[in-house]
Amino acid sequence: MAAGTTYIEAIREAMAEEMRRDDSVLVIGEDVGTYGGAFRATAGFLEEFGPERVIDTPISESGIVGMSVGAAMNGLRPIAEMQFIDFLSNAFNQVVNMAAKLRYRQNIGVPIVVRGPCGGGVHGGPYHSQNVESHYLSTPGLKIVEPATARDAKGLMKAAIRDPDPVLFFEHKFLYRRIKEDLPDEDWVVPIGKAATAREGEDLTVVTFGACVHHALEAADRLDHEGLSVEVIDLRTLLPLDREALHATAKKTSKVIVYHEATRTGGIGAEISAILAEECFEWLDGPVLRVTAPDTPVPYAPPLEAAFLPGPEDLIDAARYLAGY
Amino acid sequence: MSSKRPSKRAFASGSLAPQRTVGGETGAEAASLTAEQKLDIWQWLQKNRMVEERLGLLYRTGKVVGGLYTSLGQEGISVGTAYALEPQDWVGPLIRNLGVMLVRGVRPREAFTQYCARATSPTGGRDGNTHFGNPEKRIVAPISHLGAVIPVMAGIALAAKKRGENAVCVTWIGDGGTSTGDFHEGLNLAAVLDLPLVLVVENNGYAYSTPTRMQTRPEDLVAKADGYGLPAEIVDGNDVLAVYDAMRRATTRVRDGGGPVMLEMKTFRMKGHAEHDDAKYVPPELFEEWRRRDPLVLYDRVLEEEGILTRAERDRRVAELKAEIDADAEFAVASPTPDPRFAFGRVYADDGGPGPLPGPAWGPAGATRLGRGLPGGDRHDVRDPRGGNA
Ligand SMILES: Cc1ncc(C[n+]2csc(CCOP(=O)(O)OP(=O)(O)O)c2C)c(N)n1
Ligand SMILES: [Mg+2]
Repeated sequence: MAAGTTYIEAIREAMAEEMRRDDSVLVIGEDVGTYGGAFRATAGFLEEFGPERVIDTPISESGIVGMSVGAAMNGLRPIAEMQFIDFLSNAFNQVVNMAAKLRYRQNIGVPIVVRGPCGGGVHGGPYHSQNVESHYLSTPGLKIVEPATARDAKGLMKAAIRDPDPVLFFEHKFLYRRIKEDLPDEDWVVPIGKAATAREGEDLTVVTFGACVHHALEAADRLDHEGLSVEVIDLRTLLPLDREALHATAKKTSKVIVYHEATRTGGIGAEISAILAEECFEWLDGPVLRVTAPDTPVPYAPPLEAAFLPGPEDLIDAARYLAGY
Repeated sequence: MSSKRPSKRAFASGSLAPQRTVGGETGAEAASLTAEQKLDIWQWLQKNRMVEERLGLLYRTGKVVGGLYTSLGQEGISVGTAYALEPQDWVGPLIRNLGVMLVRGVRPREAFTQYCARATSPTGGRDGNTHFGNPEKRIVAPISHLGAVIPVMAGIALAAKKRGENAVCVTWIGDGGTSTGDFHEGLNLAAVLDLPLVLVVENNGYAYSTPTRMQTRPEDLVAKADGYGLPAEIVDGNDVLAVYDAMRRATTRVRDGGGPVMLEMKTFRMKGHAEHDDAKYVPPELFEEWRRRDPLVLYDRVLEEEGILTRAERDRRVAELKAEIDADAEFAVASPTPDPRFAFGRVYADDGGPGPLPGPAWGPAGATRLGRGLPGGDRHDVRDPRGGNA
């Protein structure tokens, strides 16, 4: 049993174990080799796996993803690192038009993982804090995951590497070294497409993912003292969504809040809300609420960022309101 | 298209021979600097370094929010290039070009308040570090995404040309940044449209941990200019007078309608990528070698030899600078942090501007919305005239 494994260590271990298991797995990115990655996700990889499988690249995100696609078409399983997920925008075309569409057009698999740190709470400002899932949600052919725990980080990373299709793997950097778990030694995989129940509850559900899971659990604890029993669903996979888990919890509590850190308009909350309205209307006792960031860029100064980020307080407000239905 | 555009094409598909000079007589511009101007340059070099040293102190005392990126050892490039410009020229500096901003009239307090994320900063805390521009001073702010400023500066150049501003547009990029798609698209656009752009490439040996040879195959980055048919010149970036001289010749050519040019400054990054990076991957002898070529020390020697700066005068000027910088740093530290309401609004021209705190968007359409108060918990009813936007 690996004692006290952090979220970032779990990701590193998952990649290292997969690289030991499968010679076709390799990592490609800026400063991933000699330096071991800006956040040390690939520390020690160059020494263990050598420069043919741990490839330091020029600053060329579009090239990194495009090259990964090509390598995948020719038998490799690349893991492409974005130093910050904000820079994935530079590779947008390769992700949405090349990687995502090859299966549909020609039944060609693109088993790549594009991973990197996302999210705010660390005063990174507008370009080192973004949550970009909604930029990619409307692209069929992609899978998107974002773990909230070290265990899921490891299991989902293994699943992503073994997956036959392109997976965007978002890592919430706020969690990198803030959470620690004892992880079992054996090889396990967390299936893509399956949500988890982070906390059972009766009165109301919070559907969330990533760092927000931890804020939701905190809010649920506090609401418990008010006599409100809150269920927390951790989506883990954002594309495809686990509709069954959404149906089940809507049937159980009849009241749902979707909670995410990204901005509101066109966010994943809108999609989940639509699914619930279309498929669970009969069971709902109140409106599906969204607790999200406002529609602005992520500000830099701590007081501005605190006002921007949707925290436990916002969730508690929403829960109290919804409980009144 | 300008008739002055250098045309070496013998055939329609012929090759364009590389031009490894941007024209003019090497050294002539530097030779015509007055003693007063040389002292000015000295002053800017000192100021650049002293402001960044002060930022280092603010960083180590926990006053800086986020990372700190300095230009230690590269000040001669920022100062020498910016000093060669005219007021109507436009600049698009990057994070290691605080010196450019200072020469263009940015006050040290603007950098201090930005790095410390204070309400008094040029962006009011919305963005940090050198990510701020100033339209009056013709400074365009960068974003983090490297290379992105180059096409934007090409656009400014396009407009400047159309509006007859007689302006040269300048932007800076690292060796690493020359690998981005935007670098290539921006440079090529400027080239085929014959735009008044100077691209200053700061080849400082590293991009984060990646040495230049792993970034670009040719040893000299001017090879990329050759590829787009641009005249280019390699300059000793640690010799501020050589930098100034090359930049004057470059801007003269560009201003005369000669189309875009590139200058490659050979220099070295004397620290890690940012304060948090110990740069263990850099062989120590490289630091040693380049420490002997510190641009400030080299320039001090020049002024001493020419008898332009006496020791007493030097001390007087340093004390003066220090007083200004200290006062500005104190101003920043004493400045308030931004009001949380400033997080909202002015996303669009017509959204009513910053604040008030938006209320949660739930509840029946059109109802008074219950708003969350400022952090700290005071709650109050907020009627959001804009229809709610939590
Ligand atoms: C498109 C993009 N990818 C990655 C980064 C992360 N990053 C910031 S600075 C840097 C290295 C820059 O090196 P260089 O261009 O040589 O400039 P220097 O730091 O040496 O001044 C990297 C990789 C970025 N800012 N933009
Ligand atoms: Mg560099």
